[in-house]
Formats: sequence, structure tokens, C-alpha cells
Amino acid sequence: MNVPADQTTAYVNARLLDPASGMDETGAVLIEGNKILAVGPRLFPEGPPQHIRVVDCRGLCLAPGLIDMRVHLPEPGGEHKETFDSASAAAAAGGVTSMICLPDADPAIDNEAVLEFIARRARETNIVKIYAYGAITRGRDGGELTEFGILSQAGALAFTDADRAIADTLVMRRALAYAATFDLLIVQHPEEPRLSHNGQMNEGEMSTRLGLAGIPAAAEVMMIERDLRLVELTGARYHVAHVTTAMAIETIKAAKARGLPVTCDTAPHYFTLTDAATAEYRTFAKVSPPLRGEDDRKAVIEGIRDGTIDVIASDHRPQDQDSKRLPFVQAEPGIVGLETLLPLTLALNRDEGISLLDLLKRMTSAPGDLLRMKEGRLAAGLPADLVIFDPDHEWTVDAASLKSKSKNTPFDTFPMQGMAMCTIVGGRHVHSLID
Amino acid sequence: MSDKALDNIRFPHSHLLGTEGLTPDVISLLLDRSESYVEQNRQADKKKSVLHGRTIINLFFEDSTRTRTSFELAGKRLGGDVLNMSVATSSVKKGETLIDTAMTLNAMHPDVLVVRHNDSGAVKLLSEKVNCAVINAGDGRHEHPTQALLDALTIRRRKNTLEGLVVAICGDILHSRVARSNIYLLNTMGAHIRLVAPKTLLPAAIEKFGVEVHHNMSDGIRDADIIMMLRLQTERMQGTYVPSTREYFRFFGLDRNKLAVAKPDALIMHPGPMNRGIEIDSELADDIHRSVIHEQVEMGVAVRMACLDLITRSLSRNTNGDTA
Repeated sequence: MNVPADQTTAYVNARLLDPASGMDETGAVLIEGNKILAVGPRLFPEGPPQHIRVVDCRGLCLAPGLIDMRVHLPEPGGEHKETFDSASAAAAAGGVTSMICLPDADPAIDNEAVLEFIARRARETNIVKIYAYGAITRGRDGGELTEFGILSQAGALAFTDADRAIADTLVMRRALAYAATFDLLIVQHPEEPRLSHNGQMNEGEMSTRLGLAGIPAAAEVMMIERDLRLVELTGARYHVAHVTTAMAIETIKAAKARGLPVTCDTAPHYFTLTDAATAEYRTFAKVSPPLRGEDDRKAVIEGIRDGTIDVIASDHRPQDQDSKRLPFVQAEPGIVGLETLLPLTLALNRDEGISLLDLLKRMTSAPGDLLRMKEGRLAAGLPADLVIFDPDHEWTVDAASLKSKSKNTPFDTFPMQGMAMCTIVGGRHVHSLID
Repeated sequence: MSDKALDNIRFPHSHLLGTEGLTPDVISLLLDRSESYVEQNRQADKKKSVLHGRTIINLFFEDSTRTRTSFELAGKRLGGDVLNMSVATSSVKKGETLIDTAMTLNAMHPDVLVVRHNDSGAVKLLSEKVNCAVINAGDGRHEHPTQALLDALTIRRRKNTLEGLVVAICGDILHSRVARSNIYLLNTMGAHIRLVAPKTLLPAAIEKFGVEVHHNMSDGIRDADIIMMLRLQTERMQGTYVPSTREYFRFFGLDRNKLAVAKPDALIMHPGPMNRGIEIDSELADDIHRSVIHEQVEMGVAVRMACLDLITRSLSRNTNGDTA
């Protein structure tokens, strides 16, 4: 049922989870229009008022809508893989209320006109909120800087060259220094490009067995180490995208201890799968950076547990059949993740004992704060972006019925536990299985 | 100081290589001497014979019509014999080293070499090898003392002092010898300096030079008395320091909007040549109530006359046996 945004609605009997304030207790949220009016355990001591709409959450979890800070949206240029509409439907189904899309469509987001296109398409689509990064270099070619100032004024939340690392040390220094001029965040894909050149998967026993060129774990940490020295030199804020190795996590932990302004994220496939998933040349397990060995997978979990890893983002990367039904070497990397982000992350609560609040923080207030967004918290006056989810709901991934236009997931037929039952954006139900 | 006193005072340096290390007294001496030349240049008869019989060679390894013309006029108005040499016409192009060129000229007994060179430190090197006086007309990104002196003269004449003024220097500080010479001189004379630039255009450790650093132009020029705009030196850049001139003008270019937060009588300066629409709004550059850019050029000739005058005082005279 689609409820118009200007109604007043009370969501009652919910287990309220707000990582920003540490709240984890039964209560209610009152929404008016597109804003939260009030939230808390004792909102309606005598029951909710008669004249407003009431949604009974029946004890389900209610958290801020998820913020996915790493999504590949191939529109414009790759509409056969995913469009704003299909991605938004997938996001809504997954409990994601804000997506931040990478600048790697065609044309790249290296000028205001493309940003404005995305903003217009987001308005037209009008399902979930769509934000964007600006590219660091023109055409993402690692050479000339883009207009950080103008792009950020036009709405770019941070700057990244998506899946291309800035290889030239001087360009990276200038990018960081220039970003620091405006206090903007630089996001790096940490992969030393010469070491990872032609690499198809993680370098290890599996790659040798399959006869595929590998990308050593060192390629990740070396880039981060280089960048951290530049961060020290320039004072810029720096975020490592999708960290996958123990060495990198250790380096980031030490840098944080030294007080450097560094943060990082990882994607669920890096704490759920290993390079064993590429057995039989399964191209749905081909991703950049690659799935690593078991030790690294465990290190990613520990990194989440001890707080070194700040954010969990899906790195949703749709690839159509034509891009994946090829010999492994020729297949495009990528895993769709919007709809499996929540259940895969919740599995860390069930299997590893990490608290719900801790896990939800990685997908709400942490990315929200990092990107200086209003979203990501439950508090009066903030946008009414919520997700009501059932942490116990068991289901099985059926790739064919994913809302995403592309179905490239290695989790097809996997059992999942946890599902978004109702996703609310600006007070509107954009996905609902409960009313 | 009276003109008579100025006529007789000795200048305590054999070369003028930079403003770093000049004492307030020496700077005041140079500025005071320049004042009388400003008046002279405005008369019908602009000539004096202070440099009669002296040979001045303008040795410019780097292109510059403006500064070279200024020095040429300065020398000629003082009655000196001025010779212009630029690299294109000299044997340096044939592969002769800097020092060989200098020694060749030195053998012809010039009194003053006015030198501009692409490389920081080249002028100092040259000054150690020749017997005459050397004036630095700009070396790499190191110093340009006569520019700082003419800037100071322009300011002093308009504001009656240098002490306590808030001076905002905006632009490509990293590559600018004008910025450095101004920083040394203005700090020595008690002004307060703010720098406004993106991080990519600021030199390392610049805070140690007694300046306030700003990346936000409004903050940097708030209540400033003087706004000194530097040219975005595209020819000096290898690689990108700023993404585009459009972005540069939006955040670091001077226009009326940004100027509004400075003092209402704040003056706009620029060493030239200007990039209209890149670091400075075209209309603002021409606003005679705010811009003193043309005055700077006028002061430049007078300052260079004063420098030539004072620097030659320590040179001995052979034949006519005048002052030592």
C-alpha cells in the first residue's frame, strides 16, 4: 500500500535500533510528512492517537534506512545492466534508502552536467535517494583533476575514480591536497596497478590450480601504505574502499592509532566467501578486488568486530549475461549486492556474535557521518528514512527473482536469514511486505 | 631623510639579491630614495646624471618585456649606458654556461648587471663570480626584490605606512618569487600577511614564514587593507595544481562579491601581467577607485632608479675621481 507522504504515521511495537544514540529498546516512531517527529520507548503511554495512521511492527526491528555508500549504477551508458529504476527497486527491497553511486558510468561524473543528470533521474525515479560521487580525475584516467569545488557545490558527496586506483603518486598527492583545501573526502580503490595488471583473482593456491593470473594481497596494502604517507603530508581525509586483506586492515588500524584521518569499508562477499568460490571458473565470484583466502576473510570479520572497518557497503556491481557468460579471463568483475547486504551482514550477529547495533552502525550512522549526510539516524527533525526488518526471517536467494536487472550473484540458492519487511523513504513506503 | 642626506649615504650591500635579510632602515632608505625619483619622472626633464659614465647590462635569461623595459628606462633616466641582453641573442643558446657568459661580460667592465634567470639561486652564483654590482630581477621561484620594493612604495604612498596593515596575497604562492620577496619585506616592516590559495599552490612549511594561511578566500581577505593578486602561472606548471581556470576563478578569483568583505578602501594590486577573468575580474582590474595596478608600474621605474643609484655608490670611480 502506497501511503502519501503528508500523512502522520506512528510505527509502534518496534524494536528501535539507532546506532548513533545507542538506542536498542521497544518503542515507536512518529512520522509527519517526510520527517521524523519523535522517536522513543515511551512515545504513546496511553496508546497512539486515534486520528493518525498506525503501523504495528509486531516486535520487528526498526532502524534508520540503510545507506549504501558504494553502488555501481551503469546508467547512463549501461542501461542493459541496470537502470535507476531497477537499482532503486533492488535497494528498496534490501532496506537501502540512500545509495551513493560511483562515477563510473559513461560519461563519467567528471563535470556538473552529469551530476545534474543523475539528480534529475533520481527525482524522476523517486523510489530511494540517489546521491553521487565525483570522479577524482577527468575521464577517470588518473591524470588531470576534476573541479572538486564546483562538483561538490553541485552535490557530489565525495571523490573517487571508482575501480581505478590513482597510480601516479604526484597526482594522488595533488588530489589529496586539493581535496583538503575544501575539506572533501577522497575514496581510493587500493590496488597497485602494475602488480595487479592482468590479475583475475586472488593470487594463491586456487589461482595456480585454475591457471589464472593472480593479484597478490600485497597489491592492496602497498597502495594504502603509500597513500597514508601522502595523507600525513597533506592532512586530507581519506577512505579506503572495500578492504579485503589482513595486512591492509592492520595497516589502517595502526594509522588510526596514529591519529590519521583514515576510514575504510568492506563488502559482505569479503566476509562471507573466499577464493574457493571461484572453483569451476565460476564467473559470478569474479570481483574487484578479488575474493581472498580464509585468513583474510577472518581478518575482515575481526576488523568489523574491533571497529577498524567503519562501513559495510554492498559494492553492488550489476553485470548482464553477456558480460559474465564468458571464459573467466574475459568476464567482467562484479557482484550485485543491494538485496543481500542486510542478511549477509546480519549473519555476523548470528554466527560471530557482533551486536546488531554495531552492525547496523556500519550501514547507517557511520556512512552518514562520513559523508556528512542528514540521513542515518533516528531523531526528531531528521528525514523519515527507515527500515523495518525481521532478523529471523529465513529465505533463499533466487537470482531470477531479484529486483535488480542483472542477476550476477554468487549467492544464488544460498539460505539467508534476515529481510527488510518495510522500507520507508521520506515517509513513503517504497517496499512493504507488512501492510 | 632629506634629499641631500640621501645623496650622500652609503648603501651597505654590494648586490641586491633579495629582500630577505634587509633591515627596516635599508628598506626605508630605498623607499625614501625612490620617492624623489617618482617626482623626477613626472617632470618634463626626466634626466639626471647620477649614473653618467656607468655601464648597466640587463642580462635576462628569462623573457620579460615589462621588467626589462622598466630597468632600461631607469638606467637611461639616470644617464647611464644601458645594454639589453636576452638569451635568444646571446651565446648561452650556443651552449655557453651561465658563468662563462657572466665572465665574458665581466671582462668588459660593466658597473651593474641586472639579471633575471629561470633557476632559483642562479643570480647569486653569478654575483659571486663577477666584480660588478648585481641586481636580481627575478630568479626562479626565489626572489624578486625590486617588485617587492615597488609594491611597498605603492602601499606606503597610499596608506602612509606599512606597519599594521593587513595584506592578503592570493594565488599561486608556490611558484611565486614575488610572493616570497613581499613576505620578507612586509613582515620586516610590520605588516600582517595572509596567504590565500588552494593547498596545491602553497609551498611546504609556509606557516613558518610569519604568515596566516587561508584556503577560503572570504576568510582570507576579510577586513584586509591590501589585496595582492598573483597570476596563475600556467607556463610554470607541470601537471595540474588546479583543475580548471573556471573553478579557480569561482573560489580564488577576485570579483566584487568577494571584495565586499575587505575594508571599503582596500586596494587591489597585481604584479602583472594579469589574466583577466582567471584571478581577477576584468571590470575590477580597471576600477580606478580600487585598483592601483598602473601605479605599481609607475613606482617600478622610480624604485629601479633608486636601486641603481644606491648600489653604484659602493663602486670605485677610476678617472674622474669623484665619490668613493
